[in-house]
Amino acid sequence: MRLVKLTAVFLLLTSIAYTQNNNSKTILEVDGVCGMCKKRIEKASLKTKGVKSAVWNLETHQLQLIYNARKVDIETIKSNITAVGHDTKTLKASVEAYEKLDNCCRYRDLKVVKDHKL
Amino acid sequence: MKYLFVILFIIPSLLIAQNRVMGKVIETVADGSALPLMGANVIWEGSTVGTFSDENGDFILPYDAAYKTIIISYVGFISKKIKVKDPAVFLKITLINSDVLEDVTVEARKKTTSVSYIASQNISTISSEELLKAACCNLSESFETNPSIDVNFSDAISATKQIKMLGLTSPYILITTENIPSVRGAAQAYGLSFVPGSWVESIQVTKGAGSVVNGFESITGQINAELVKPLTDPKLFVNLYGSLNGRLEMNTHINTRLSPHWNTGLYIHGNSRNETFDKNKDSFLDMPLAKQINLMNKWQYTNLQKGLIGFLNFRFLEDQKQTGQVDYNPSVHKFGSDIWGSEVDTKRFDFSGKFGYVNPEIPYQSLGIQLAYSLHEQQAYFGNRIYDINHKSVYSNLVYNSIISDSRHKIKTGLSLTHDSYREEVDVDTYNRNENSIGGFFEYSYDNLDNFNLTAGLRLDHHNLLGNFLTPRLHLRYAPWGKSALRFSIGRGKRAANIFAENQRLFASNRAINIQNNNGLVYGLDPEIAWNYGLSLLQGFNLFERKADILIDFYRTDFKNQVVVDYETPTEINFYNLRGDSYANSLQLEFNYNPFNNLNFKTAFKHYDVKTRYNSGELQKPLTPRQRFFANLSYELITAKNPGSWKFDATYNCMGSQRFPSTAQNPQAFQLAVNSPSFSTLNAQITKVFSNQFEVYFGGENITNYSQKNPILGAENPFGSNFDSTFVYGPIFGSMYYAGLRFKLN
Repeated sequence: MRLVKLTAVFLLLTSIAYTQNNNSKTILEVDGVCGMCKKRIEKASLKTKGVKSAVWNLETHQLQLIYNARKVDIETIKSNITAVGHDTKTLKASVEAYEKLDNCCRYRDLKVVKDHKL
Repeated sequence: MKYLFVILFIIPSLLIAQNRVMGKVIETVADGSALPLMGANVIWEGSTVGTFSDENGDFILPYDAAYKTIIISYVGFISKKIKVKDPAVFLKITLINSDVLEDVTVEARKKTTSVSYIASQNISTISSEELLKAACCNLSESFETNPSIDVNFSDAISATKQIKMLGLTSPYILITTENIPSVRGAAQAYGLSFVPGSWVESIQVTKGAGSVVNGFESITGQINAELVKPLTDPKLFVNLYGSLNGRLEMNTHINTRLSPHWNTGLYIHGNSRNETFDKNKDSFLDMPLAKQINLMNKWQYTNLQKGLIGFLNFRFLEDQKQTGQVDYNPSVHKFGSDIWGSEVDTKRFDFSGKFGYVNPEIPYQSLGIQLAYSLHEQQAYFGNRIYDINHKSVYSNLVYNSIISDSRHKIKTGLSLTHDSYREEVDVDTYNRNENSIGGFFEYSYDNLDNFNLTAGLRLDHHNLLGNFLTPRLHLRYAPWGKSALRFSIGRGKRAANIFAENQRLFASNRAINIQNNNGLVYGLDPEIAWNYGLSLLQGFNLFERKADILIDFYRTDFKNQVVVDYETPTEINFYNLRGDSYANSLQLEFNYNPFNNLNFKTAFKHYDVKTRYNSGELQKPLTPRQRFFANLSYELITAKNPGSWKFDATYNCMGSQRFPSTAQNPQAFQLAVNSPSFSTLNAQITKVFSNQFEVYFGGENITNYSQKNPILGAENPFGSNFDSTFVYGPIFGSMYYAGLRFKLN
């Protein structure tokens, strides 16, 4: 009986402790056109060690980030996003990275952007 | 009433040509609260005319008679198509967040039942639209168009519908309303008929082990009914229903906004059947005489700035059934030996509260509390047999959600505390029992944001009768290629069998009750323990350029211990602990196709192998069809001139033969064949939608008019030892027709 209670309390406390780290919030502008872009941008952000949550909005192009500033800085996150082919406001993706995108994700192409607006 | 009709006829005539359509886009969060969605893309299908919703979620779109369908999309949400039949109607559009897909399911095309490609569990969601296809009166009738659940009558007396999943009866399914266990304990026999159909917003059917968050009892799966919410339900809703077998039903919902944060709703349900029918001339009523009053009051609190939400629900139910021989009059014949009759009176009170807090700064952290109390009192007699049960239940559950390192790794952890007290009178015996449990759980989910995710859960419970035990559950999903989902699940469940409440039909027979006592703690019997394993594959593809999908699943339930319910001796019912094997194998093949716009076709084939080691040997589970074939066709006809539409729906079922419990020891006259014949039924319904406010429907159940001959064994002498109403494999009543109307005011 006591064991059950102790285990449960322990589980609860560990998980709370996990989230008591430093939570910094920021918003980045990232270019993209579709749901596949969203997945790619969020995945690249989350795979960066220290990033806890990443939600990108297609309409506003805003990427909402929550991360641990002691473990990671914004520039690292940005460079990981550009490495998968997506431009940020200050840092742009290389041509090689951009060319690896699927045809429907070529956000620099006005025609693609227009097709998505329809 | 007159007044209502005047309104109904005047409103449509006031609708003059409209040149714009207005509406609101909202998001329903998993807990039921609604948020306006700003910046949602709203566009007419096949045109370039579109707009965005504003900060309140509102939009205005130019209208032209050529436009039929609006497409609403928003990143991170599942796009929705809405047919505009009447431009004057304010559209309330709820988008579903694709991030909460573990709890909600994808609705890509306009499909009313959908199976998720993304969740790690095998979940199919039955939407409110699907529920309207068969004008279901209550939850037990809500599965007619869903092949995963089998519905059949439990006995020839009570006309109670019983549901099965993976070949096992409802006690092995965790049935929850709004994620709080509801149809359990004393409510097991009739509980599904205590949830009116119009209260149900959607149903989630999860096959396989399920989550550890909701407890340790589920074995074959979980059925969760989400009820209507004051915030999203229409201001006024009225539903009237009448059937040719004498059943009348009325539902009224009234929802009000009290303040920016508080909404409340009052839901009133009443039904009755006063006419007597004995179509098969066995002197017994084919359907009981019945009366039910069911009231629910809900309070919903939403404060999104502070991240707080809450629900308070109060319910009161009174249900009365009288059945037996046609000439039975309780005040004259009760407990006599001339005319057989039965009455079941139930009173039930429920309270439940849910409170949730989402950290507005850190949206992935949340804390939720569920509290529920119920008091269930049943007084019943069946001929000269008495079965009364009083069940008090307290349930509480605290759940904390967060992430580990990043949002690919999610965790749920918490504590639950339950108390149940039972008092039963079975003929001259009294059984009292208290059950208390405390448990902690931890569930971890991983999602690689691409083709793989898993949910692994473990709970540790301490229960005064079941002991200390662990409940592990695991679900995996992998997409090996496009439009596919390969799933695997494994899990353990443990429960105390309520032998009388779960097998209440036995009282409508003269079988002697024998409990083969083994010094266990529950009726002298041991708790039931089972493992469930499942494998399924969902594959979407295009057939003649139209969407189709195929679903194959196989599940096995293996009992380590079971309370065997043995009907194999005709004059007895025996309960004993399992000695040997007991398992249920279930194979289901399902095919869904959308051959052209507004036409949906769904078909399924099921095969069961359910065997238990009885005292008389290993046998197939009685009254369970080994095969079932199911097909459903639905079509919506939208006429260009009219704002309304016609909806057609037909369901065909073919049940394979079922094994009767052995009657070999009976005298010749009371012996049945080894197996029942197979049979087919056809249900159909036509709905005429006049506007978004008003629709009428009529339909038929069992149109092929199949009925079981002589459903009651020994009906000539109900006080004799061979009287038995439990040998029911099919419909008793034959065909039945009904009509009804629905009126809504937003």
